[in-house]
Amino acid sequence: MINFSKHAGFNLSRRHRAEQRFQWAGRFAILISLAFLVIMLGSIFRDASGVMRQSQIAVAVDLGPEAIDAADIANISFGKILKSAMRARFPDVMKRKDKKRLYNLVSPEASFEIKRQLTNDPALFGRVQTLWLTASDDLDLYLRGKIDTSLPENQRQISDAQIAWIKDLKQAGQIRRVVNWNFLTNGDSREPEIAGILSALVGSLFSLAVCFSLSFPIGIGAAIFLEEFAPTNRITSLIEVNINNLAAVPSIVFGLLGLSIFLGYFGLPRSSPLVGGMVLALMTLPTIIIAARAALKSVPPSFKQAALALGATPVQAVFHHVLPAALPGMLTGAIVGMAQALGETAPLLMIGMVAFIVDVPQSILEPATALPVQIFLWADSPERAFTEKTAAAIIVLLVLLIAMNLSVILLRRKLEQRF
Amino acid sequence: MTKPFIAARAVNVFYGANQALFDIDLDIEANKVTALIGPSGCGKSTLLRSINRMNDLIAACRFDGSLQIGGQDVYAPAVDVVALRAQVGMVFQKPNPFPKSIYENVAYGLKIHRLATSKREMQDRVEWSLKSAGLWDEVADRLDEPGNSLSGGQQQRLCIARTIAVQPKVILMDEPCSALDPIATAVVEELIDSLRKDYTIVIVTHSMQQAARISQRTAFFHMGKLIEVGHTKDVFTNPQNEQTQNYITGRIG
Amino acid sequence: MKHIAPIRFGRVGVFVNGKITPMADQMLILTQTIRPKWLDRLVIALLAAAACVAILVTAGIVLSLVFETLQFFNKVPVMDFLFGLDWSPQTAIRADQVGAGGSFGAIPLINGTFLISAIAMAVATPLGLTSAVYLSEYATKRTRDWIKPTLEILAGIPTVVYGFFAALTVAPFIRMTGGQFGLEIASESALAAGIVMGIMILPLISSLSGDVINAVPQSLRDASYGLGATHSETIRRVVLPAALPGIAGSLLLAASRAIGETMIVLMAAGMAAKLTANPLEAVTTITVQIVALLTGDQEFDSAKTLSAFALGLLLFALTLCLNVIALGIVRKYREHYD
Ligand SMILES: Nc1ncnc2c1ncn2[C@@H]1O[C@H](COP(=O)(O)OP(=O)(O)OP(=O)(O)O)[C@@H](O)[C@H]1O
Ligand SMILES: [Mg+2]
Repeated sequence: MINFSKHAGFNLSRRHRAEQRFQWAGRFAILISLAFLVIMLGSIFRDASGVMRQSQIAVAVDLGPEAIDAADIANISFGKILKSAMRARFPDVMKRKDKKRLYNLVSPEASFEIKRQLTNDPALFGRVQTLWLTASDDLDLYLRGKIDTSLPENQRQISDAQIAWIKDLKQAGQIRRVVNWNFLTNGDSREPEIAGILSALVGSLFSLAVCFSLSFPIGIGAAIFLEEFAPTNRITSLIEVNINNLAAVPSIVFGLLGLSIFLGYFGLPRSSPLVGGMVLALMTLPTIIIAARAALKSVPPSFKQAALALGATPVQAVFHHVLPAALPGMLTGAIVGMAQALGETAPLLMIGMVAFIVDVPQSILEPATALPVQIFLWADSPERAFTEKTAAAIIVLLVLLIAMNLSVILLRRKLEQRF
Repeated sequence: MTKPFIAARAVNVFYGANQALFDIDLDIEANKVTALIGPSGCGKSTLLRSINRMNDLIAACRFDGSLQIGGQDVYAPAVDVVALRAQVGMVFQKPNPFPKSIYENVAYGLKIHRLATSKREMQDRVEWSLKSAGLWDEVADRLDEPGNSLSGGQQQRLCIARTIAVQPKVILMDEPCSALDPIATAVVEELIDSLRKDYTIVIVTHSMQQAARISQRTAFFHMGKLIEVGHTKDVFTNPQNEQTQNYITGRIG
Repeated sequence: MKHIAPIRFGRVGVFVNGKITPMADQMLILTQTIRPKWLDRLVIALLAAAACVAILVTAGIVLSLVFETLQFFNKVPVMDFLFGLDWSPQTAIRADQVGAGGSFGAIPLINGTFLISAIAMAVATPLGLTSAVYLSEYATKRTRDWIKPTLEILAGIPTVVYGFFAALTVAPFIRMTGGQFGLEIASESALAAGIVMGIMILPLISSLSGDVINAVPQSLRDASYGLGATHSETIRRVVLPAALPGIAGSLLLAASRAIGETMIVLMAAGMAAKLTANPLEAVTTITVQIVALLTGDQEFDSAKTLSAFALGLLLFALTLCLNVIALGIVRKYREHYD
């Protein structure tokens, strides 16, 4: 007799359990992947949050006429002035070792800050002035509770005496935390409290500019040729195979190419955004060509036929009618390529863009570094404060990438409405 | 009239807002071939797919009414579609063998339902199915070759063998010969006729001659409505409805 | 109505008896074009040149790698490089020092590369395939519409970020967890780098194999459902086997990506060239050694520097083979169902 119920045999209950297990495995796999993303971004955000603000100490520096000569800023030893100011604040400190610890509360860069503030505002000269100076990274970490004070004194970065001074300063209102704009406006530094990403950012922008101005025209040129004019022959198919394979060549191999040909053979300047941009251009070329071809394919053939029917030559038809219609699509492909280039690190290591760059590069020929390389360099530094800087730099990088990808999404939306 | 094996009552089927079947009342008798005919888009496939609930796979599809097989309501909540489809098999318009060997194609249903307890029994059942489908002599020495290495007609008979391997009570066929040449069609028609004594067969066809040749009962559909149903001979020689008359004489369709 | 002068086609006239006579209005010019032909030819030639850059780049890669590698093999025998079991490229300070030339056996590097890639594939294959199956077979359109782009974020994150995460979060976590079970785990373990790399290539696998799964014809699924198979039986016994070649192609592409990946291993896997299959130890890879050899001071002709190019050639050949095979399989598969 016929039976369609759950008791019809056919191992139904076992099989339905297997079905449920299978579905749960799928959900589980997706959950793990998403969890990983969340944990990764979460831990980076947590690490980066410390960089949002930085600590400053108010120091009463003696800028009176007997201490310094206002006419001769270049020769003033601001380090000495700062030290004496710190001693004056804590006159009880006598031992050499303790004095050194005292000076270490402010950043080694603080003396330059005094100089800069004086240069900007000469009116400060003439008497004792209270200036806000950047505190050391250890002080900053301590204030944020990132230093475990329960450890024995010789195992932590900050000594009991320093803690006492900090408490004293804090009570006197001589410590404050301010928004850390320096992170965006400074170059690299050995001192984490001073180090910023501006020079790396500019290096990245220079490289991207070079990369774009090479790969975009070459990429769309190649795409136009392959889509519109290429004869079907061996050379054309060789080019196509080449493009597909180049897309999967490890990026470090492009770095080797740059090192041996651009630096070794052509003798272009090492560490420069010029060479970096050229290497990135070769790397992003396949992405751009493939996207540009897709954009050309999506233009209705009637555009071209209409132009040809009016007596335009094939070249005119393509450049006047097909290309303008395909351009937005090509642009999105180029942005995707640029995003890829912006995050690329390995080939830049090969051509020497790993230098320690303090000053913002002024041209594409000067030694520079790039944002992801800066991240790599900072991630290697042992100081805890640099870990936070790394995370913050990563967030800047991700924000840039998100902006690029958002613009791609918006452009695509616009495109979809068109044809 | 014998007691109907499959009984559709007030069946309405919708694809989203679009209604494909209207108030179908249809009886299908056991161990007979019933042909569903009608112009394209009139809902033949929809009705066929409603019988073994293949339409459940289409998210937008909604069934309304009652459909009983052997006295059991197919759309009752207690029904397990796996059990249903194991007993109501289906053969499709285009031969669709799995990209596996001929043997594996036939063994597939036996394996998922665990219908063979030993390898020996599995082999016997595969051989029996291929023999029943009239394919054994052609493939006996090439069971390991891929199913799609066969000709179109052989592939379709392989699909039939695959279906009867699990020994269903009902076989639903949706234009099983439309992708085949006349000779292969004749072979499959002969097969269908020979299967009739063991199975209840419902077949959708666009060929009036085919319906006349192989079916005992014929149902004519038009625009989602059942227009006429009866003994094949009666429907073709003496249609009661004018639309049926027009269709079988080739004036609409 | 205003009178409009008839249009004359520019400089075109008819050349009769040595002088140019203006053309009669009704005459069609079919031989002379208005635009000079050479301009179009030039444009097309420029476009073709742009397309040829792709060939030039490949040629540049192959030539530079091969050239430097040949120089390297002048100093170090090929066999020593390909089959040597010891990798310690530091050139000696004094010429008479033991092992003055350094030794350049690539096997430990290949071992490390494959070990980490294998861990990555072991993580990414099950996760990537199951998510691909779930997304394309079970998920509702709404779920798919937000999970797919979210997973693609993983693909857009620069590898240096993964490296940072591997070195500073995952590696210490694995070390700590292992410590609780009494396991001695190196702070730069192959496991940490491998797991994180697995997550990096996961979206590649899931999106490529998702496409392949979607390409399996509905008729095969229908046949299986029609026989009474459950959804998961249909997937496991019909859809996945039918999609297998394409899935294999996507796995090969992912493996090639893992082998060529630099930053994650550079930051999380370390420099120790060890011949081990233990994922808890530190290993080094081809890419890490290339970076290590070429950053910092370098003399251009030393065996040490040149060996980086030999490694580069090895890497290039390895990934190229994988890609060619993978693309071939995927293309064959497409033809199969189109
Ligand atoms: N998956 C679907 N989604 C939406 N509408 C559908 C779907 N399948 C069929 N329909 C609609 O239902 C109606 C009946 O279709 P059905 O396939 O049952 O016709 P048919 O009689 O089998 O036609 P043919 O002889 O061409 O196979 C048609 O109007 C069709 O457009
Ligand atoms: Mg139909």
